[in-house]
Amino acid sequence: MSEAFTTSTARNIFYGGTMFFLLVFLALTYQTEQVIPKRDKREMLADPMVVAGKKLWETNNCIGCHTLLGEGAYFAPELGNVVKRLGSKEAVMGFIQSRPAEGIPGRRSMPQFNFTEQQLKEIAAFLDYVGQIDAAKWPPNIQG
Amino acid sequence: MQYKSQAVAKPYFIAAIALFVAQILFGLIMGLQYVWGDFLFPHIPFNVARMVHTNALIVWLLMGFMGAAYYLIPEEAETELHSPGLAIAMFWIFLVAAGLTVVGYLTVPYASLAKMTGNDLLPTMGREFLEQPLITKVGIVIVALAFLFNISMTVLKGRKTSIATVLLIGLWGLAVLFLFSFYNPHNVVRDKFYWWWVVHLWVEGVWELILGAILAFVLIKVTGVDREVIEKWLYVIITLTLVSGILGTGHHYYWIGTPESWQLIGSVFSALEPIPFFGMTLFAFNMVNRRRREHPNKAATLWALGTGVMAFLGAGVWGFLHTLSPVNYYTHGTQITAAHGHMAFYGAYVMAVLTMISYAMPLMRGRAANSNKAQVVEMWSFWLMTIAIVFITLFLTAAGILQVWLQRVSDSPLPFMVAQDQVSLFYWMREWSGVVFLIGLVVYIWSFFIPGEEKAA
Repeated sequence: MSEAFTTSTARNIFYGGTMFFLLVFLALTYQTEQVIPKRDKREMLADPMVVAGKKLWETNNCIGCHTLLGEGAYFAPELGNVVKRLGSKEAVMGFIQSRPAEGIPGRRSMPQFNFTEQQLKEIAAFLDYVGQIDAAKWPPNIQG
Repeated sequence: MQYKSQAVAKPYFIAAIALFVAQILFGLIMGLQYVWGDFLFPHIPFNVARMVHTNALIVWLLMGFMGAAYYLIPEEAETELHSPGLAIAMFWIFLVAAGLTVVGYLTVPYASLAKMTGNDLLPTMGREFLEQPLITKVGIVIVALAFLFNISMTVLKGRKTSIATVLLIGLWGLAVLFLFSFYNPHNVVRDKFYWWWVVHLWVEGVWELILGAILAFVLIKVTGVDREVIEKWLYVIITLTLVSGILGTGHHYYWIGTPESWQLIGSVFSALEPIPFFGMTLFAFNMVNRRRREHPNKAATLWALGTGVMAFLGAGVWGFLHTLSPVNYYTHGTQITAAHGHMAFYGAYVMAVLTMISYAMPLMRGRAANSNKAQVVEMWSFWLMTIAIVFITLFLTAAGILQVWLQRVSDSPLPFMVAQDQVSLFYWMREWSGVVFLIGLVVYIWSFFIPGEEKAA
């Protein structure tokens, strides 16, 4: 690099450039917060079942195998659209409930979590809420 | 080694390598579970193995960064570390916290672990990579603050070089951004949005500053090129990193309920993200070509060059592969992401830490470089692990392309598990590549036990 371009020039460009793009990022964050109420179905969070379901989702580490809106682990199916894929919240509950405790020989199987009826309803309510978020038409099809 | 207190880096490096072994062993368990579904089920379900695999990686890289900083800062600041005792105390706190967390993952159901560790007070657990119990997270913050206090005080009383400044900015950024791990809104869109402030702004932001500083430090030492030249390169690279990387966060905001304007912003800026990595490759090769001395530590030079190349391939090329929103629409959340993640973490961060260890460890053991034989073995481990990760990445990419086709593109899309069965051949090949990686790691550790030459540093 030429002599005219000194280390202190480079340093100034670093600080200036970083500050500029950081401010742009914060502005876009503000704008995002303004727009997402139309997309994120936050009114469904008024239902305590949904909130309780999110906590169950977290404390059982569901993200350790599944993706949710494409984020998570890639060992088990996408669950953002699982209520649609299985047809109903009841079908989701039935699936979770029916997992054999000892697994399936040679195959991947979801653990048996021994959820109560109430907990199953809460998880299904949470997944139903996530399924209604406007995720820009993702996933491409029902298979997730 | 010029300053006695630099030696505090040694336990950090040793613990980092031990956790590296744990990470790889659990990686092999997960890889096997991909094709032998009930392997170790229900005792170590996949999600538990994955937590150990990813959390061990994060913690050992943090250990490596801290060790690197404790070694590098006194030499850059030309003064002893502010408090070597504090550094050692923090080491033990960090190691015990990490150890207990792993034991917790493996012995207690995750839901019980959450209950036992106060997750009800402030629910932060159960989000990808941030699965640690609340007390572990608090422990990480305490360790990080004590660490930052220690190295910042050292820089304040000593010489202030650009390398030290960049390293400090990177490390302070790391600690500040980690605070977002305590923010967990009920709203899934906002939860995901701010979760990326930890994850993306770490690995595609501030961590790259740490990586750049480590690379610059080692390159000065092994090539003898003027500091002025190296620091100029460093600033150019990290400018490109943050100019592209901050708005590049947008490539995670395509399909999580955030506004669709992010598709354009994320695509444009993340398409620029390979440039700083390419800069790093040029930087490493240029400096080595212009070297003014023949440093006896050839292995460290090899790791430094390898970091440049593999970071560019893994983070740059494999990142670009699926970063444009029309492509990502199909590849989001598939094995393509896993392929990128593996080579990017190895190429950028694993190799950067191993570069530093390779350079500093012989000096801390009282010699300028290891014996020729030890270096040859270390270089064998370099090639074994690097080639293994290339194949892991290629097989996962093949699996990912097939998965995308079968599950998302073809006329009759297959259900997830049916598509998984179709690609199992590639999971087997990935697992065998993983075995080669483990062999490389064993060879790497072996290289430390080959006697060094009796040549004083």
